[in-house]
Amino acid sequence: MPPHDIPHDNFLQDSAPPDRVGATARRAVRVGIGGPVGSGKTTLVGSLCALLRDELSIVVVTNDIFTSEDADALRNAAALPTERIVAVQTGCCPHTAIRDDIAANLDAVEQLETLHGDVDLTLVESGGDNLTAIFSRGLVDVQVFVLDTAGGDDVPRKGGPGVAMADLLVINKVDLAQYVGSDVNQMLSDARDRRDGRPVIPTSLVDQSGAREVAEWVVAQIAARRQ
Amino acid sequence: MMLIDGRFPAGGHTNSAGVEAAVRIGDIRDDATLERYLRGRLATTGRVDAAFCAHVAALANPTDAVLGVIDSEYSARMLSPQLRDASRRFGRQLLRAGSTVWSGPIVDAVARSQSDAHQPVVLGAFVAAAGGTPDNAAALSFHHLAAAVTSAAIRLLGLDPMTVAAVQARVGCEVDQWMVDAELWATSPVAELPACGGSLTEILAEDHGRWDARLFVA
Repeated sequence: MPPHDIPHDNFLQDSAPPDRVGATARRAVRVGIGGPVGSGKTTLVGSLCALLRDELSIVVVTNDIFTSEDADALRNAAALPTERIVAVQTGCCPHTAIRDDIAANLDAVEQLETLHGDVDLTLVESGGDNLTAIFSRGLVDVQVFVLDTAGGDDVPRKGGPGVAMADLLVINKVDLAQYVGSDVNQMLSDARDRRDGRPVIPTSLVDQSGAREVAEWVVAQIAARRQ
Repeated sequence: MMLIDGRFPAGGHTNSAGVEAAVRIGDIRDDATLERYLRGRLATTGRVDAAFCAHVAALANPTDAVLGVIDSEYSARMLSPQLRDASRRFGRQLLRAGSTVWSGPIVDAVARSQSDAHQPVVLGAFVAAAGGTPDNAAALSFHHLAAAVTSAAIRLLGLDPMTVAAVQARVGCEVDQWMVDAELWATSPVAELPACGGSLTEILAEDHGRWDARLFVA
């Protein structure tokens, strides 16, 4: 059956396998940021870093860098020191690198966390991909899927693992809806129908404060794992 | 069989074995030039990798000193710092993934290494831990290289995967001799293992590692 027809119950966190050996000893909470090309993943990562860097020790592994200008843009937007951001090559297969063969990303995550020692939050940004891409639980603890309002308001209705299973769905660029004829309320409603109660947040990331609600969600995830 | 499978999660899909750089300079353009490139790698670095992999596969419980010599000898055959770094990275990733499946004194010894072990050393250790033989190791080493080269070419040039599979099969027949050589590699002193690197491989790897944007690690 197509992925979006698989009953959501199959993916409930309650039935998730226990963390891998050693995973419980680390302090950093690993958050995956996925979504189609151009949906705003890099901007979201930059905004989260800017909003949270004073209270949390953050590192970023990004798969979405195609030129060093992208890296510089992220470094400037994130205002994180260069040594806290690492780019990983994915061999033309962004979904493989976050799902089927996580070795390169896991290596980068562990190297960064070991190097900095005190990491609270590790953000793993996937390369832009299609609606079926999802992060392996061996790589991240929780994941955010980012959609673009201007990418078509039928996308949440189409579903797929990213839309249905991500721990948080962000519907971004809602400020553009009026120009592209997208119905944001319909998108939110379709998304909620697919998500079995998991949260959906509409955002506009024109400035960094637009990510505040997502940042609060991330902080809550970290707090929940430290209890 | 799991070690041979391209889906084994050790990061092999991020290795083009130099193909990304060779495509950029026009050295690989089609099936024919891909076949020439693959034959070239098998005659040079591929043979070195297979020899080290087979040698390690014959060790049961090597001392740290023995592994240290193997590490130095392999590094001496790989001049490019970019290539050495990539080789140790792929070794580290293979060790992490393989350790969830296989264990044994040789795996422990490799994991203890002061510097991250090179990929062929880790592969040989897992062959030994899985009960394989040196000629199994040589065959695996071929498949790792051939799979990296062919799958990268398919992705970067859009070549026909069926004709590329035929290239891989045709070239594979030429390394049958490795299965015989493997017995020799298993018992010969490390210093006498093949040392036939390729200067273009090294030069292209150094250039590739400094690209503004690249899709593969090496």
